[in-house]
Amino acid sequence: MVTKNDDKDAWLFEITPKNDFFSLHLKEVWRYRDLLMLFVKRDVVTVYKQTVLGPLWYLIQPLLTSVMFTLIFNTVAGINTGTTPPFLFNLASITIWNYFTSCLNDTSDTFKKNASIFGKVYFPRVIMPISVVVSNLLKFGIQFIIFIVFYIYFYCKGADISLSFLVLLFPLLVVLMGVLGLGLGMFISSLVTKYRDFTYLIAFGVQLLMYISAVVYPMSLIQEKIPGYGWVVRYNPLAYIVETARYLLLGVGEVSALGLAYTVVVTIAVFFVGLLFFNKTEKRFIDTV
Amino acid sequence: MSTKDIILKVENISKQYRLGQVGTGTLSHDLNRWWHQVRGKEDPYLKVGEVNNRNIKGNSDYVWALQDITFEVEKGEVLGIIGKNGAGKSTLLKILSKVTSPTTGSIKSRGRIASLLEVGTGFNPELTGRENIYLNGAILGMTKKEIASKLDEIIEFSGCERYIDTPVKRYSSGMTVRLAFAVAAFLEPEILVVDEVLAVGDAEFQKKAIGKMQDISRGEGRTVLFVSHNMAAVKSLCTKGVVLEYGKVVFSGDIDDAIDEYFRNADQTASREWQKENAPGCDFLKLLKVNVFASGQEVSLNHSISDDIKIEFTYEILKEDQLFTHGFNLFNSHNIHIFSSHDKNSETLTTPLKKGIHKKTITIPGNFLAEGGYTCSFAIMRYNPFHVEFQQRDIVAFNVIDEVSTNTVRGNYSGHFPGVIRPQLNWE
Repeated sequence: MVTKNDDKDAWLFEITPKNDFFSLHLKEVWRYRDLLMLFVKRDVVTVYKQTVLGPLWYLIQPLLTSVMFTLIFNTVAGINTGTTPPFLFNLASITIWNYFTSCLNDTSDTFKKNASIFGKVYFPRVIMPISVVVSNLLKFGIQFIIFIVFYIYFYCKGADISLSFLVLLFPLLVVLMGVLGLGLGMFISSLVTKYRDFTYLIAFGVQLLMYISAVVYPMSLIQEKIPGYGWVVRYNPLAYIVETARYLLLGVGEVSALGLAYTVVVTIAVFFVGLLFFNKTEKRFIDTV
Repeated sequence: MSTKDIILKVENISKQYRLGQVGTGTLSHDLNRWWHQVRGKEDPYLKVGEVNNRNIKGNSDYVWALQDITFEVEKGEVLGIIGKNGAGKSTLLKILSKVTSPTTGSIKSRGRIASLLEVGTGFNPELTGRENIYLNGAILGMTKKEIASKLDEIIEFSGCERYIDTPVKRYSSGMTVRLAFAVAAFLEPEILVVDEVLAVGDAEFQKKAIGKMQDISRGEGRTVLFVSHNMAAVKSLCTKGVVLEYGKVVFSGDIDDAIDEYFRNADQTASREWQKENAPGCDFLKLLKVNVFASGQEVSLNHSISDDIKIEFTYEILKEDQLFTHGFNLFNSHNIHIFSSHDKNSETLTTPLKKGIHKKTITIPGNFLAEGGYTCSFAIMRYNPFHVEFQQRDIVAFNVIDEVSTNTVRGNYSGHFPGVIRPQLNWE
């Protein structure tokens, strides 16, 4: 049979079983960018529509947590935050930390949560977790506004807090945090398709992670109190992000250029490893989920 | 030699599922399995998946959901993919729409493939109809601009103008399907994959949907792959057909032949017998045996179009003093009800039969039915008042085979001969 243009180049695309492990389909993701924005819009809109208090919940959680942390860690346990009001210290930490945990939690069950839609129609699966990370920015933004409100309040009361001009770099920290949460979340979501146990792991894993991420104490403190285990915190890229965020916002703590460089490298590595696993899982998960 | 414009080429596609892989879900299972393997014991979880093999118990851990599927689709063609449950249709569509990848083989395409495996994919109940059009369109691969340019058409086609700014959770299921179908129908891909969309929606909408799909293929030259159990829809829509059976292509070609093939797959026999215990019937009568006789006296599945076909029913009377009569229905392979016949002058209406075995024969004249496969149903009825005591469908089947002969309706003409029946009539 003679067919027109029967040479290989004429085919638009080919579906084959073999798939290059290292192909990331980034071009395809770009083609579906409108879908990404629509998913974000959907997430944002449904938050307002489904609950009575809507985004108000976003405020209650960090505020109450900060109050509790201030009472337990600063008043009872006596963690010293220097001249910075402990409440503001905790609120700053929790705001940025919350962004990480929500990104991680919401992306880690991507496959399980979207099994029905993934089973019916194709689009680059990675759109889903990315959209989650982007729409979580809204929640972060709301929590950040409440931080600013308290910031101004404490500033007017004459607390010793200073905004460094480096605060312009703060968005980069947020991006770093989001990408780290996304990378880790994609990695875990791939594992969850095979091993459901990992769902339980994240729940308390994230909690434990918080204690080694310098959320409730300055990084220097751990070095001072338990020097033998200080490395646990020092090798944790999250600790640098939290510490740097506090430095930029409150002028407390220290910025380690080396630590930040390390964080960026780890973040990029985690993201790509997560993406590779995610893409690999995307091919076969519908048969195993 | 004609040049064909092949838009989609499916070559040796196979899909293998590993049994038992479905059953595992936890790390402890995998560790346990590994521990059993180390000690040389058999996999403790493998048995879980074995039922997946449906009818036959296999020795292998692997099942081929699809095996060596090869076919080509031309541009503008509407290809019907038909087959029983478990034949592999859905797996094939999933591979085509890239939801899952094949184990071997390749699919080459000259156009974008968009699938509509189930309508309303990604519909969010909290969002309005309009918002869902955008979301669903984007999920199916459209850009926002493309959707915006078609928004009015989509809304109009769906017939949901009034509710377009109402959240979809307030829609009836029919409205949701209409909206979802409307979005998909206005997609721009060169190849559209459609699965069972017409199952919901009223008759008017089904007609509209079929019309739209015809426009897509004929008017706009796009290609549609259509999977449905609705043979009437398949017949009116598709030009070509592929019949799948147990993961293999058993037929590929013209849609009418494909539908014949699909029905031919049915468990067909020209002779059937029952034990008295499980025989069909009512309280006073049991149907014991049915035979389709050719012009001679032998049971035959295939009959020449010019021959009379005799169908003999053997039944046993269990109670005396019963007045009743017989009914017969004939269906063709497209499940069209060809005719119904009542034995209205039967002596059993006036004189009760004695207990014991009795026979009744109906004759279908030659040169009356068209070529194709037929299935029969038998009924026992009472008059005054009219009541159907029992009706047994698909009891026996037979095929009518046409031939070029002076004895047949077609005579010496050998081309396509349309029509549901092919009776010999008088021309004066």
